[in-house]
Amino acid sequence: MLDGALSAAVALVRRLGAATIDGVTRLGYATRFFVAVVAHTPAAFRRLHLTLREIYFSGVLSLIIILVSGLFVGMVLALQGYDVLTRYGADESLGVLVALSLVRELGPVVAGLLFASRAGSAITAEIGLMKATEQISAMEMMAVDPLARVVAPRFWGGVVSMPLLAALFSTLGIFGAYLVGVKLIGIDPGAFWGNMQSAVDFRDDVVNGVIKSFVFGAAVSLIAVFEGYDAKPTAEGVSTATTRTVVESSLAILALDFVLTVFMFHGVHA
Amino acid sequence: MSRTTLDLWVGIFVALGVGAILFLALKVGNLVSFGSPPGYRIEASFDNIGGLKLRAPVKAAGIVVGRVESVRLDPVTYQAIVTMKIDHGHEFTADTIASILTSGLLGEVYIGLDAGGDSKMLADGGKVMKTQSAVVLEKLIGQFLYDKAAGGGAK
Repeated sequence: MLDGALSAAVALVRRLGAATIDGVTRLGYATRFFVAVVAHTPAAFRRLHLTLREIYFSGVLSLIIILVSGLFVGMVLALQGYDVLTRYGADESLGVLVALSLVRELGPVVAGLLFASRAGSAITAEIGLMKATEQISAMEMMAVDPLARVVAPRFWGGVVSMPLLAALFSTLGIFGAYLVGVKLIGIDPGAFWGNMQSAVDFRDDVVNGVIKSFVFGAAVSLIAVFEGYDAKPTAEGVSTATTRTVVESSLAILALDFVLTVFMFHGVHA
Repeated sequence: MSRTTLDLWVGIFVALGVGAILFLALKVGNLVSFGSPPGYRIEASFDNIGGLKLRAPVKAAGIVVGRVESVRLDPVTYQAIVTMKIDHGHEFTADTIASILTSGLLGEVYIGLDAGGDSKMLADGGKVMKTQSAVVLEKLIGQFLYDKAAGGGAK
């Protein structure tokens, strides 16, 4: 009885230890992988058409979902924001509310989450399947470096696409808020744009938003290519890797967002 | 997909994205005030600045003419010294009065400048001599209650 309980406790501790070692090993592996991908950057830009193709697949094909989501997020923000602001007679600050929330937070974060589920999962599935069907091994056999040929272009395609997508998301969101706030509710367009312009700072808000989206793009792309490259070469392994990409990217975006926000907006608007 | 179509789509995408960043910079962020716009600094000391914040607007007749650049405490007089940056093109007389005002009851706090009739103008680094501190609502209410109580006792 006591023996059984003891061995169960030991097994539990052992499992905790195994999970920790596994996690740290994967983190170290991912870091070395990241260094290797960055080292292969020249290859990705020497054969630019490979990277352009990836920008097409992760950027251009994500346009629809980003644009439509941005428009609707902006319109909903305007409706909800107006409802609250009008209670304090501050409905003319609607433009400020919408622009600041989109440019600083919602644009990079929501676009990043959408990008992770739309493009990140596709990258993981593609690389995982290439591994499962032994295309990666075949490349190595032909002395073609899969890191240079497959991984680096996908990584840089994502890194380039993400800030552009986030900026488009914010722009469409502000346009949606303009439609609802000015055209539908009837806020004065001068106050809408004027208050927005005096409240949104180029360096503190717009540039920081772009930096955020760039970091998110790098994180999502790295997770996507790493999970694909690290996937077990089976159908189940590819499906697990795809799920992990979406979950890990989303968590990484939210955690990075908090850290970046602490550094960027600390005391700036005190 | 052929190479040229792909290039075209990527080109459109990048152009749209860069356009969006430019839109955010110019239309939303008002890049006109990028860097530090040319201007000159003037100082004013107040007994109490209330809720005045950095980058609060400085207005004359309701028009924004500059921003609050720094706020610090004078170690000798225990007054708050506010440095304002006034945009070029706006000049104020040496006897200008600076007062801390609030737009509406809950609105933002700003500095209002009322020019006087002096023929001399404030130069860079100049000091506004006449100032009016922020109205602290709690003190005002306290004063009112005190006066009320004193008045009631006399009757």
